[in-house]
Amino acid sequence: MAGTAVPRPRTRRRGLDAERAEEYRGWLRQMILIRRFEEKAGEAYSLGKIGGFCHLYIGQEAVAVGSLAALRADDYITCSYREHGHALARGLSPRAVMAELFGKAAGTSGGKGGSMHLFDASLGFLGGHGIVAGHIPLATGMAFAIKYRNTDQVAVCYFGEAAVNNGAFHEALNMAALWKLPVVYVCENNRYGMGTALERASAIYDISERACSYDMANEVVDGQDVLVMHAAMERAVERARADKHPTLLEVRTYRFMGHSMSDPIHGHYRTREEVEDQRKRDPIAVWSQRLIEEGIMDQAGVKALDKEIVDEVEDAYRFADEAPEPAMEELYSDVYKES
Amino acid sequence: MPTLTYRDALNHALREEMARDPDVFLMGEEVGVYQGAYKVSRGLLDEFGPMRVVDTPITELGFAGVGIGAAMVGLRPVIEFMTWNFALLAIDQLVNNAAKMRYMSNGQVGVPAVFRGPGGAALQLAAQHSQAFESFYAHVPGLKVVMPATPADAKGLLKSAIRDDNPVVFIEGEMLYNLKGEVPEGEHVVPLGKADVKRAGRDVTIVCHSKTVAVALKAADELADDGVEAEVLDLRTIRPLDTEAVLASVARTHRCVVAEEGWPFAGVGAQVVDTIQREAFDELDAPVLRVTGADVPMPYNKQLEKAAKVDPAKVIAAVHSVLYRD
Repeated sequence: MAGTAVPRPRTRRRGLDAERAEEYRGWLRQMILIRRFEEKAGEAYSLGKIGGFCHLYIGQEAVAVGSLAALRADDYITCSYREHGHALARGLSPRAVMAELFGKAAGTSGGKGGSMHLFDASLGFLGGHGIVAGHIPLATGMAFAIKYRNTDQVAVCYFGEAAVNNGAFHEALNMAALWKLPVVYVCENNRYGMGTALERASAIYDISERACSYDMANEVVDGQDVLVMHAAMERAVERARADKHPTLLEVRTYRFMGHSMSDPIHGHYRTREEVEDQRKRDPIAVWSQRLIEEGIMDQAGVKALDKEIVDEVEDAYRFADEAPEPAMEELYSDVYKES
Repeated sequence: MPTLTYRDALNHALREEMARDPDVFLMGEEVGVYQGAYKVSRGLLDEFGPMRVVDTPITELGFAGVGIGAAMVGLRPVIEFMTWNFALLAIDQLVNNAAKMRYMSNGQVGVPAVFRGPGGAALQLAAQHSQAFESFYAHVPGLKVVMPATPADAKGLLKSAIRDDNPVVFIEGEMLYNLKGEVPEGEHVVPLGKADVKRAGRDVTIVCHSKTVAVALKAADELADDGVEAEVLDLRTIRPLDTEAVLASVARTHRCVVAEEGWPFAGVGAQVVDTIQREAFDELDAPVLRVTGADVPMPYNKQLEKAAKVDPAKVIAAVHSVLYRD
């Protein structure tokens, strides 16, 4: 199986609703923003302006954009460490996110979190988390709090397919199903946990089947089609919000880049041909072509949008580059809260 | 003032705090229907219902993480570990999530949670059930570590821990649950980070916490018969450590023994000794000695177990040594 592409789930092609044209264009805008942002982050990393680990989201943009578009402003979101895209799609400003990657005071965590720990509590964006699967119980706890307070919010948790082999995943899903918690687990199956292919790490191929152990609703989703992603997420969110039942979504997508900036794009664990083959279903190309086909945008409009976003990302880069470093006394702030 | 067991003092603290603040809930194994593995939560399910007294599967990592997630969005969970031995399965959640969330988020997201349960050895429970982990947690910036030795402190410190906006590791003593003592009724709050002189003395300071407080008091009684007045200083909170109280006592006595239940290497006592040698070097009339559990996994055999534990005789021997009476 090594080196083969992920089979796409069969999905019915749905017609586009002309009345939602603005929303559709917004999705394209967000996807291009993430792509251009990540390209710029990669460039900044190569220049030494970003340190540590930097995990790019290129190739998976439709997952964050399509799914987050189905949420409300008061819902809670937690992510893994590959979360720049989710942060941007949730509405964190490119300037603040880029400044965080640069470790600057104007960053989302004042430069103290970095690429893997983006937060904006005002947007319910409760972290990028650096330990594989360690944040899945946290999202489950947020869903518990929602039930405790008897509100109709939803907690959403994003993680990669490698996380499903971890005990934290199973402990959390068991409690979510047992207690009927309003949570949506979005497993972004990009096929590789760092360099280990899914079938070299998991005894079963279909991640969605893991939900069966907990009698939990589940669905396999084509993560390269933003419309399909959005529709599946709407179903899962409704199940959580209205019925108070959790869902596991297995979203099939692909990481176009290496695991992090310090890794090669293919290396020993996958072939160049495989990556090139997957790039043919670039989620941005898929969606922009669809919008052009349906007459919602034209080629010139897509190009103009791209230009506008490139400028926005350049602005974020300049902002981050010129922003001041955190004050040295910040070293000791926020370790504890003084009661 | 009513006399209560340590167990009931904890129970009263939980009941009062849950009644005071609807965001406080208790979660853990056997806390509800069973009424608590050690009966600390007796009666709470009936009083507060299953949404606030939550029985969990045996899944320490999972429910610790659930508690932390709930705290991140403003609830104030009390997470009970049946013992701290089992909590090792959850140490990733405490160290990587609870302790760091506020810092990583630049102060945006805190974790006002208490993690509590018995630590240390009981009787003949062998290696995996007889461990003192306070130095593990005290090592981590972002966590507070609290260890009451008496019923009054158990109540007052637990109330403070629940009201604290930081994650608090609250380690009780399995052998202390039946200990009786006077406990003030109602609003009795003991601040975190304050040590307490449990017995005053001028000749030597015995720094101790949790179960070693009773050991030190017994040793002090025997020493008094021998004409040695030992001061027994109960740390009560391991982190933040009340260095001021330690230094003040050493300034009075000029000699010090540090007793703890845990292993010697990188233990709590090592930190206390470090503080004393830096801040009170000129006050010392003798090197500070430590009395600890033996540097071995706990054996099952009764005689061997006794030999591995801190007892008054070992503390007395150390006191004689710092007084150059041996």
